[in-house]
Amino acid sequence: MRQVIHCKLSKDFLCLGLIILLAFSTSLSAQEGDPVTGKTLFNANCAACHQLDKKMTGPALRNVEIRLSNDQGLDRAWIYAWIRNSAGLIKSGDAYANKVYNDYGGTAMTAFPQLSDQDIDNILAYTAEVKVEPVAQATTTKTSTETTSSISNELILGALAILFVLLASGLFLVNKTLRRFAIAKDIDLPETKRTPLWKAFVQNQFLVLVTAIFLLLSSAYFVYGYLMQIGVDQGYQPIQPIHFSHKIHAGDNAIDCKYCHSSARVSKTSGIPSLNVCMNCHKSIYEYKGETTPEYSKEFYDGEIKKLYAAAGWDDAAQQYTGNSQPVKWVRIHNLPDFVYFNHSQHVSVAGIECQTCHGPVQEMEIASQFAPLTMGWCIDCHRTTNVKVEDNAYYTKIHEELSKKYGVDKLTAAQMGGLECGKCHY
Amino acid sequence: MNHMKSLIKISVIFVVLITMTSCRKDTAPNYQFMPNMYTPISYETYGESTAFANGVEAQLSAEGTISRGHSLFEYENSLEGYALAKETLKSPLDSTQVNVNNAKILYDIYCGICHGVKGDGQGNLVKREKILGIPRYDDPARAINEGSIYHTIYYGKNAMGSYANLLNEKERWEVVSYVLQLKADLEK
Repeated sequence: MRQVIHCKLSKDFLCLGLIILLAFSTSLSAQEGDPVTGKTLFNANCAACHQLDKKMTGPALRNVEIRLSNDQGLDRAWIYAWIRNSAGLIKSGDAYANKVYNDYGGTAMTAFPQLSDQDIDNILAYTAEVKVEPVAQATTTKTSTETTSSISNELILGALAILFVLLASGLFLVNKTLRRFAIAKDIDLPETKRTPLWKAFVQNQFLVLVTAIFLLLSSAYFVYGYLMQIGVDQGYQPIQPIHFSHKIHAGDNAIDCKYCHSSARVSKTSGIPSLNVCMNCHKSIYEYKGETTPEYSKEFYDGEIKKLYAAAGWDDAAQQYTGNSQPVKWVRIHNLPDFVYFNHSQHVSVAGIECQTCHGPVQEMEIASQFAPLTMGWCIDCHRTTNVKVEDNAYYTKIHEELSKKYGVDKLTAAQMGGLECGKCHY
Repeated sequence: MNHMKSLIKISVIFVVLITMTSCRKDTAPNYQFMPNMYTPISYETYGESTAFANGVEAQLSAEGTISRGHSLFEYENSLEGYALAKETLKSPLDSTQVNVNNAKILYDIYCGICHGVKGDGQGNLVKREKILGIPRYDDPARAINEGSIYHTIYYGKNAMGSYANLLNEKERWEVVSYVLQLKADLEK
């Protein structure tokens, strides 16, 4: 459902520098308005439904005044009337007002009677500004510095290799010339007949024994190490069908983990958010405006948002769902074996453990990976060292007191509460 | 020549060791001892399945049914439904049933990111100019009340999406009471 309502002006002056820059590019048609105030007014009142260059709930508003006067022959008085009371204008039978109303599916733009003529002039001045093309300078400079640093590394390595080859050939040449001198001066080089090293080694039984023990022990060590890491997926970092950057969402924009993984609060699994959760924000956010790297450019991120739209069945141009959606085949990263019971809500809501304790610095991960080994030893270690949050929990006061008395401690660990019992996790 | 041979041997061992250690790829999962003890026989919630037409195990509930623990919401997803909810819908929770701490936690997670922790429309996404035009709760023209807030959380409004699947019924009403509290604080 859609309905447009006005909202109060907020005194928020964002991006002053940019606004001042923009102020110099005001076009002639709306000279009497102030685009700087206009932008603030626009962002506070209009931006929920209108953008300058893109159709949202309402039409795009770049150069709206010129377009209206050229195409429809409507003057500023009509715009005043429309903004202050669009419903009234529609009722009065105004042809274009009715056309717009019907074109946007009967979406009512609610009245903004509190906007003065000056306010509307300011907003129109802002909409009449020339579009500023983004400058892609920052990324190019970054690339060049990165490439130069890698080049210098390669240069140093190459120089070292050449030096090494020169030294080796120098030694070889010195040896050769010395031998030649020896032959020329008829000096007999003593050719001692030594037993080869391996024969000497075999003859020394003590050495053989020690070596055998050493080899056996070290191979046992490596075999043990290899066997112990089977089934452990620490560092597993699969390629997902849609590149989702936790760094941008949880890091830069500081969105709470539980916003998307909401079932971690209340259920066993933390869950993969359904696409409507993505669309809560991405209905409005259709392009990436943050910082980019050579590997992850703006085009790359915009392409990933397009993939989301395709999967969710969202037609961005028409601003509506097509009903033709596709499930996204996310690759599960953290996967406990089926014989282990783990409950997210118990750890997140009851114990109040931060997500990062087990999942690592997710807010810094461009590509998510498994941080913890998720082995039983890892679980047990944490249960042994973590104190149970007993404060403000009247329900458990008695049992906590009794257990503290039994173990003779002030603070109970999860292990003392029964966190090491087999049946708690395996049944 | 002996030296040459041993050199070759050493380098062969080295290459074998390097290939052994570099075999492990981070983009593929590791081996498992007994896969049939690791992977469930039953369907996984979001797993693939041939049982349904669209190939996914997770399905929407059948038309005309209500899941356990949920109740019927009789207001339509339309402007009329919104107006009706604003007029008639009242919270089923009295003040003793609202856990204010919980309501604040939920509000900060789900609403604060846009609406701001004070409800003044200055959430982090607004400050970073990702989403614009978020209204203040004390906006006199909107004059939100408990019915209209609940309707908006349930169905969404304009650019705001539905939060019905992120919050259950009690949590939604708790958030409603917290929003009203923020609104009252803003109007002071």
